[in-house]
This record gives sequence, C-alpha cells and structure tokens, in this order.
Amino acid sequence: MVRIISSLVGAAFVFVLAIALFGTVKTAITEPAKEGPEKVFHLHPEDIHLPSAGWFGKFDNRQIQRGFQVYKEVCSACHSLKYVAFRDLTKIGYSEAEVKAIANQWVIEQPTVNPETGEASTRKNVPSDHFPSPFANEVAARAANNNALPPDLSLMTKAREDGPNYVHALITGYRNPPAEMKREFPDFTTPKGLHYNPYFANLNIAMPPPLTQDGQVTYTDGTKATRDQMARDVAAFLTWTAEPNLEARHGAGLAAVIFLAIFIFLAWGAYQNVWRDVKH
Amino acid sequence: MSFPWAKHYEPKQPLMRWLDEKLPLPRLVYNAVGAGYPVPRNLNYFWNFGVLAGAALAMQIITGVVLAMHYAANAGVAFGSVESIMRDVNAGWFLRYAHANGASMFLAVVYIHIGRGLYYGSYKAPREMVWLLGVVIFLLMMATAFMGYVLPWGQMSFWGAQVITGFFSAIPLVGETIRVWLLGGFAPDNAALNRFFSLHYLLPFVIAGVIMLHIWALHIPGSNNPTGVEVKDEQDTVPFHPYYTAKDGFGLGVFLLIFALFIFFSPNLLGHPDNYIEANPLSTPAHIVPEWYFLPFYAILKSFTADFILPAKLWGVLAMFGSILLLFFLPWLDSSPVRSANYRPKYRIFLGILLADVLVLGYVGGAEPLPRNVIMGQIAAAYYFAHFLIILPWVARSERPRPLPNSITEAVLAKHGGTSLAHSAAQA
Repeated sequence: MVRIISSLVGAAFVFVLAIALFGTVKTAITEPAKEGPEKVFHLHPEDIHLPSAGWFGKFDNRQIQRGFQVYKEVCSACHSLKYVAFRDLTKIGYSEAEVKAIANQWVIEQPTVNPETGEASTRKNVPSDHFPSPFANEVAARAANNNALPPDLSLMTKAREDGPNYVHALITGYRNPPAEMKREFPDFTTPKGLHYNPYFANLNIAMPPPLTQDGQVTYTDGTKATRDQMARDVAAFLTWTAEPNLEARHGAGLAAVIFLAIFIFLAWGAYQNVWRDVKH
Repeated sequence: MSFPWAKHYEPKQPLMRWLDEKLPLPRLVYNAVGAGYPVPRNLNYFWNFGVLAGAALAMQIITGVVLAMHYAANAGVAFGSVESIMRDVNAGWFLRYAHANGASMFLAVVYIHIGRGLYYGSYKAPREMVWLLGVVIFLLMMATAFMGYVLPWGQMSFWGAQVITGFFSAIPLVGETIRVWLLGGFAPDNAALNRFFSLHYLLPFVIAGVIMLHIWALHIPGSNNPTGVEVKDEQDTVPFHPYYTAKDGFGLGVFLLIFALFIFFSPNLLGHPDNYIEANPLSTPAHIVPEWYFLPFYAILKSFTADFILPAKLWGVLAMFGSILLLFFLPWLDSSPVRSANYRPKYRIFLGILLADVLVLGYVGGAEPLPRNVIMGQIAAAYYFAHFLIILPWVARSERPRPLPNSITEAVLAKHGGTSLAHSAAQA
C-alpha cells in the first residue's frame, strides 16, 4: 500500500518535471539564449598580489599610507568611508599627533549643531570622528554625480568578487570599446555621462576615470606615482579599511592551528591507547 | 534503559553520593554519555558526527549569545552594528566569523550525519523515532540558519528574506495575506528583522531540547553500527566512556582544525560579497542565491518551470518542502529489513547516485539559469523524488541482500582475519 501511494506521489512530481523539462528543451531550441555584451566583453581582474593576500599575508603600512593619500586627494571628493574613524589611522603607522592633524585639516567638516542657536553647523574633525561623507545626503550626492550614487568605500574590497584585484582593475581599466564590439553588438552604446570599463558588471560605469595621469598624487616616500602604482596602493588601503583586523586574524590563526595540531596528536594518542586491546 | 550488562553508577565520593541521592544528575550523564552506555565496538568515523553536531550547536549558542550583546536588531542600524562588532568589539571579528562559519560547519556536519543514517539504515526500526526527531532538528536548523542570515541586513539578507517569505504567497487565495502577516509588512523591514532576531535567539534552545529527545530515543534501542546487525551480547559492545569519548576527542580536534582554517584564513569564502552591501529595497542584486547549504533545495524550487493544473511557483514550493518532508516517511518507504548498505548491493548503487544527484542540485542551485543548468536541475530533481518515492520502495522488495554476519563480534573478527573467539573477550 505504502509502495503504491508513494510511487504515485513520486510519479506526479516526476511527470510535472518532465513537462517542465520538455518546455526548457523546446525554448532552448526555438529561442537559443544569446549571450549579451556584458557576458562576452566582461573581463576578470588580474591578480595584483598584495602583501595582505594569502594565509600569511601582512599589511605593508607604507603602501597603505600611500593608498590613504590617494583616497584623500582623489577618491574622498565623492566617496565616503563611514565605518572608518580617524583614530584607526594609528593602526597603519601614523602617530597620534599626525592623526590629530589629519583630522583637523580634513576638508569636509563634521556635521553638528551650533551649541548656542541649535542650528545645523559643522566643526573640525577630531580623531574619534568617523570620516565625514562628502555629501550631505543621497539627494545631494546624486545631484552632483549625474544621478549616480558614489558608494561608500569602507567595505568595497569585501563587497565585490575578488575585491582588491577588482578595485585595481576597475580604476585602471577605462578604455574605448573594442572594435569587435561594433561588429558583434551593433546596438551596444555607452550613454553620455557613462564610461566604458570592461571590469564593471554591465560595462558602462558612471564614475569618470579617477586616475588620469601618472604623478596625479605626489608621494612623500619617493615612490613613483604611476597610475598602476596609485591603483595598487588604493586597493591595499581599501583592503585595510574593509578588514582592519586581518593581521591579528592571521596571527591568531597560526597559533590556533599549532595548538590544534598538538591537541589532535595527543587526542589521537589517547584514542589509540584506550583502544589498544579491543579489535574494532 | 540499556543493555543488562550496562555498568551502574556507583559514586565513591561522599559528595557525589549525596548529590546522587538528592538529584541523580551525575547518574543521568553517566548513563547518557558515560561508561553506563554500552555502544557497538565496531563504529567507524562516521559515528563521530553526532557528537560533532552537538559541539557545533554549543559553539553557535556561545558565540551567538555574545554577539547578541553587541548586535542591534533595527533595520536602520543593524548593518552598522555588525560592522562595529567587526571593528570595535574586542575579538568581535572572531566571534562573528566563528558564528557565520559555525553555521556552515554545523550544517556540513549534520549533512554527513544524515548521510550516515541513510547509508547504514539508522532510520529503520527500532530507531524510527530517532530519525523523526532528527528530521525535526534539521527543519529547525534550516529555519534558524535562514533567519540568522537575515540579521546582518546586507543585500543578500534582505533579498533572501524577500524570496523565502515569497514562498508563502504561492499558497492559493490566502498566500499574500499570510506573507504580509509573517513579515509584519509588505516587504522585509524592521518588523521582520525584529521577529527574526527573536526567533533566531529562541530556536537554538528548542533545537537543544529536541536533541535531548533525540538522544533519549536513541538510548532505548542503542546505537546502530556499520553492519546494521543488532547487539547480541556484551562482547559486541564497549562502554561509551572511555572508548568513544576518546575517539570523539580526536574527531573533535580534526573538526576544530578545519573550522579554524575557515575562521582565520578564509572567513568569507562561503559568504556572498553582496552581503557586505547594506540592504537596499530599491536595488535588486543581479543574482540572488541562498547560502550553500540551501542550494540543492533552491534548485528543486527553480526546476518547476511549467504550469500543470497548479501554477509552476506552487509546484516549486510544494516540491521544495516535500523534498524534506518526505524524509519523515523514510522508515516506511524503505521496507528492507537489512539496515546497512554494505549488505544491500542495489540500494548502495542508488544511494551513490543520490549523493551525486544532490551535489548536482547544489551546483545548479548556485549557477546561472542557463538552459543547460536548468535541464540538469530538472533531471536531478526528478531523480531525487524518484529515488525516495519510487526506487527505494521497489528496491527493498526486489533486492537480494548479501548474507549478514551473525554478530558484530563475528564481523569484527572476520575483518581482522581471525576466526577464533579467544581474543574477542579482551575488552573492558
């Protein structure tokens, strides 16, 4: 009885799936799916081998400081960094006095209220403040950016597949659409105000090329500020902003693995010892 | 209950004797996971996974309780509060990564535990109740894991909640009303987030309660074993402690090592990058996918693309819930008296196909809906239902099992090449 009922129920599901399968196959034959340009011309970022990558990865504070300089002089004009505080900069090698000065001299001030009148006002940043947003709100950000919203960068390298490599590839990847594009997809256009970038998901990105020439930033440590170098450095900086505890995590991980290896060795010995006289 | 030769708790210390008279808690533990529980001597490493699942739950509860001290269940600040855990709470990154990856470890361990049960026929009489309670635990885990994934309030949290609660709108007539009632709004928002947090905190303790029933029900017939032959006498068993506590200690070490590799070296490997973007009801991600442990069921849902009497969406939802609920009937669908697949040549082949089938479904669940993926998913989903509802009942009838050993001890000695019973008594 059970056998018959269950077989009928099973047959019902299999039958409906067979109908669905028939429909899928029919559609696949009559209207073969065509891959769009965002599939054919999308490029995957190449690996930039940051020192923080891999199991024993460590931050290179000098590189991260250079990346911070790129953020400060280029990116911060449009992109916020709201989960990072000025005080966090001490972790990438700035002294407390330097952090105080960076906060104090930051162009965008911290929104506050006038303590006497209660009116909206701004004040200079202090180390405990988070980085202020360059725009008062989303409407202001969109109004200033051709209706596109510059995303917050704090978590960017974790919020995209292959994050640090993606940031580097995207910043340096602006170019004209390849000649094959016109042949294969005559309808493909890059609307006015957008920019062709094969590393961006739909190939047309609203952000104008942020790094236009070598030497756009003058590094204080003597590193040559090529476009590629600046993109690498800012990718390293954003890796740190997204995962500031990476070094502590790798260090603790090594200790945990060593501890567990010893534990496993001892536990295995205990297991063998307890069972030595029992066949199993 | 136990076997007649089970050891009895005899406290020697006056304090323990005093406690045992007033509240026999030490006796309970002794009989449950101590020397008072005789266990077949031939268990293999697959029998470690029950204890590992318990350990995983304990770790989830501990990390979760501490995380809840810092987390704020409010749609406006939830995402930011998770980031402040990651950045400003002492070892907060560890707690959160341990909890997020702990969910994956828990489900991975439980899947192996379920697979063990399928292979060695642990769901069969007299252990049906153990199996039924296990399926209840599995369902509770899935609900808990889903609601936990919503809490960080990232893009996948939000859209996952949108898709999963959308299942209820497939119910004819009242579906949409039920969905709105469950969410407390027309879309996931503060009301949904708050109730998910409340339930996410509650359900693990319900799971712990059902685990106690699961173990209680297990201790009535005692543990199954790789031969599937019941325990006949004292020779067949060893006391749980120290024999299996020692073995589980070793297994726990290996489990923790793999767990640690995830937490410390690739904590986001199993997550989705979109969940590091704050929830935005106005921007749908290109590709909404659940966590890896739901992918096979998601593939079953997506495979029903044709309307037939019922709308395709309702078929998909029925099939997805059905694919888990049918496990409740498994003890009666498989009527073969032989438990272990080692002695069931045909069942063993079909079970191997089922394993491959579920892996294919998992792949399809996470893949883009290209025609070839959809076709693969539809065939795999059909096999899933055919396996449990058609093949299993008929195989049980037509199959000729291999001869079973007379006892566990005989099987153990045959494995070691000895036939003499003289050595077999060398046990505690």
